[in-house]
Amino acid sequence: MYVSAVLDVLSSADGPPGLLPARQQMAMSLGWHIILACFGVAFPTMIYVVHRRGIVKDDPVALGLAKKWAKVSAVLFAIGAVSGTVLSFEMGLLWPGLMGRFGDVLGLPFAFEGLSFFIEAIFLGIYLYGWGRMPPRRHLMMLIPMATAGVVGTFCVVSVNAWMNQPTGFTLVPSTDGSPARVTDVNPWRAMFNDAVWLQFAHMWVGAFMLVGFVVAGVYAAGMLKGRRDAHHRLGFSVPFVFATIAALLQPVIGHVLGLQVGKAQPSKLAAFELATTTESPSPLRIGGLLVDGEVRWALDIPRLGSLIARNSFTKGVQGLDTIPPADRPPVNITHVAFQSMVGIGTLLALAVVVFWLARWRGHDLLGRRWFLRFAVVAGPLAVIALECGWIATEVGRQPWTVWEVLRTEDAASTSSGLWWSYAVAFVVYVGMTIGAFIVLRSMARRWRAGDEDLPAPYGPARSPAGETTSR
Amino acid sequence: MSLAVVVAIALFVGVLAYALFGGADFGSGFFDLTAGSAEEGAELRLLIDHSIGPVWEANHVWLIYVLVMWWTAFPGTFAAATTTLILPLALALLGIVLRGASFAFRKYAGSLAQARIFGAVFAGSSLITPFFLGAVAGAVASGRVPAEGNGPVLESWLHPTSLFGGAIAVGACAFLAGTFLTADAQRSGHDALAEKLRVRTLGVGVVTGVVVFAALLPIRDDARTLSDRLLGVATPLIVLSGIAGTAALVLLWRRRYSRARIGAVASVAAVILGWGVAQYPWILVDQVSIEDAAGARATLIGLLVVVALAAVIVLPALVYLFWLTQTEAWSTSDDGAPASSGRAVDG
Repeated sequence: MYVSAVLDVLSSADGPPGLLPARQQMAMSLGWHIILACFGVAFPTMIYVVHRRGIVKDDPVALGLAKKWAKVSAVLFAIGAVSGTVLSFEMGLLWPGLMGRFGDVLGLPFAFEGLSFFIEAIFLGIYLYGWGRMPPRRHLMMLIPMATAGVVGTFCVVSVNAWMNQPTGFTLVPSTDGSPARVTDVNPWRAMFNDAVWLQFAHMWVGAFMLVGFVVAGVYAAGMLKGRRDAHHRLGFSVPFVFATIAALLQPVIGHVLGLQVGKAQPSKLAAFELATTTESPSPLRIGGLLVDGEVRWALDIPRLGSLIARNSFTKGVQGLDTIPPADRPPVNITHVAFQSMVGIGTLLALAVVVFWLARWRGHDLLGRRWFLRFAVVAGPLAVIALECGWIATEVGRQPWTVWEVLRTEDAASTSSGLWWSYAVAFVVYVGMTIGAFIVLRSMARRWRAGDEDLPAPYGPARSPAGETTSR
Repeated sequence: MSLAVVVAIALFVGVLAYALFGGADFGSGFFDLTAGSAEEGAELRLLIDHSIGPVWEANHVWLIYVLVMWWTAFPGTFAAATTTLILPLALALLGIVLRGASFAFRKYAGSLAQARIFGAVFAGSSLITPFFLGAVAGAVASGRVPAEGNGPVLESWLHPTSLFGGAIAVGACAFLAGTFLTADAQRSGHDALAEKLRVRTLGVGVVTGVVVFAALLPIRDDARTLSDRLLGVATPLIVLSGIAGTAALVLLWRRRYSRARIGAVASVAAVILGWGVAQYPWILVDQVSIEDAAGARATLIGLLVVVALAAVIVLPALVYLFWLTQTEAWSTSDDGAPASSGRAVDG
């Protein structure tokens, strides 16, 4: 929800009546969906690891963990699937100006994503209902297509976003009568494999493992804080934490290379990231700070470091915002704060995992320390915030363009004035779904702790043929 | 046949698949809603959960396929339809969201009280969605979506063709679900339940059949282009639908449930195909033809690559899933005990 609150600041009186509610609704629904999408991408791999351990080492603890994670993933996948469907409707309901003109340019990766989603849904169905009904090893193998589809799906969806950042694969023919330029020479494959896609994909994919790894590990850290220090909790913590560790250490490297690319392709976005009002060579690294009346206030400048991080150079500067026409500048403060929050949290999490493994190498198990467990609990939400901030940075930083230097957001948005209603209903539904998911997941956890598995019949005590009511 | 028409057919195959597979899932919501109190409905609700649980996510993806094919192959008409039909589309979407979420929530609910609330939402929203999707189809088929989009928000779908479209969709879904559930109930040994479902499905089938043929009259005045072809080239399909539907009812009556399924599927498929044939060569009837709406040629070819890949990768997997749900092992309840006992032993 805070995504839309943040984007509220973007309010401007210009543009069609649908612009603001369209942007709000998209930010809310995408910001919500992306958390679940991460689970769809990263969770099957983690379940595979524990499930395989359960089978190969004949480890009942691991097997039990895999079973529980599978049930959690069933809930998350279901609401992820519907919130993903919301997004496909919204592409047309909110952004007809984008879909009507560029649908055939950007549509192909969506079609491949549909394909991979199909595979994921099919094998999830098989996997969930396969417990006790399939030979164990074949059952385990059902996770492989799911995990693979997660990778392909991430690539496809990110491909569309990368295309919006670095559009390619078509030609614009200016019209003479004042109507929008015509789109010709469409090459959907070129659009799909655009120059930005690989790095953006890597960033998102690794980000998904960071998010899920820290969130799931945090759940078991919370259990340990309450004194549940059994093998179940240790395994439940360590598997996702190992994934989170690798992801957290890879992410800064990928992010750095991606940043270099942004500087070349979208200088105004980089300028907003770095809060560079003018081009300084070399540029300082500006930590914190806000732009107030065109002046940078409350920033901590570290000389030269900005050039090194953003441009890989000791001398080259970050191109300043003053080189961008005012009408083409993104909302600087939101972009800058979101970007720095992402980087700050990412750095903190990377340091934390280094500390944990260094301590372990020296023979100290930090899982015995309450301060570390508390941090591990908080790391989950922090990873979620970092991911959301990353999306805010890249999306708000692209403004005022929906398709970089090709289509302005106000021309992409619906002209319908009824969109505030749609946004209001969507808001209520998403709050309801959040509460529903929370209640169900929490009561699942309680039931498991009490030793029960599921409700006898999902909807009420079933009557057995003998007539007596069974219950557990 | 032009490339655009081939892609349009591929798109329509998705519509058909969604109507049949997704439709059967949605229709089970009708039976869930009318199953009675928690205690007396438990057996039926358990059966529904068991029948659609493994497949509903996969069946749902057909909708995504249709949307993506539509906006990629015929982008302008997609924008025109979404801006004009924003209300029925948003309501259908609301139903999809509430239904999918509450179905999963119900399955894993913590208490009976929770399960009841989620179950009511699931069942109720299962009716909303087919109605509004049917209304959208009616609006498109009756030529009420202007090529430039932004048509009237209400008048575009508040008319006989759309309303009958919605009613037919709801009825067809319920009929499909009814025949499948009756067969499932018999197969898993719930004979009394099968008997109860048989009566209800017969009722639903008769009502739906009457609505389908009654709709031909108002559509005649309301949607000229459509009805000319419905009562022209598409007539064999309408007749086929009548015959197959009647056969399904007779087979249900005579308790030949697994054969009745074939009749039910054929009758619904024939109605949908009839609509498709009647709508040809338009994508938005009276407004934009398939030819004129098609996007870039390179993209259409790309889409056919996707369709070919789907045939190689997705179809076998889908067949495997459906095959599994029909096997002996999967006919037992979640806990390894026969589904008929309702007794639970952890397996």
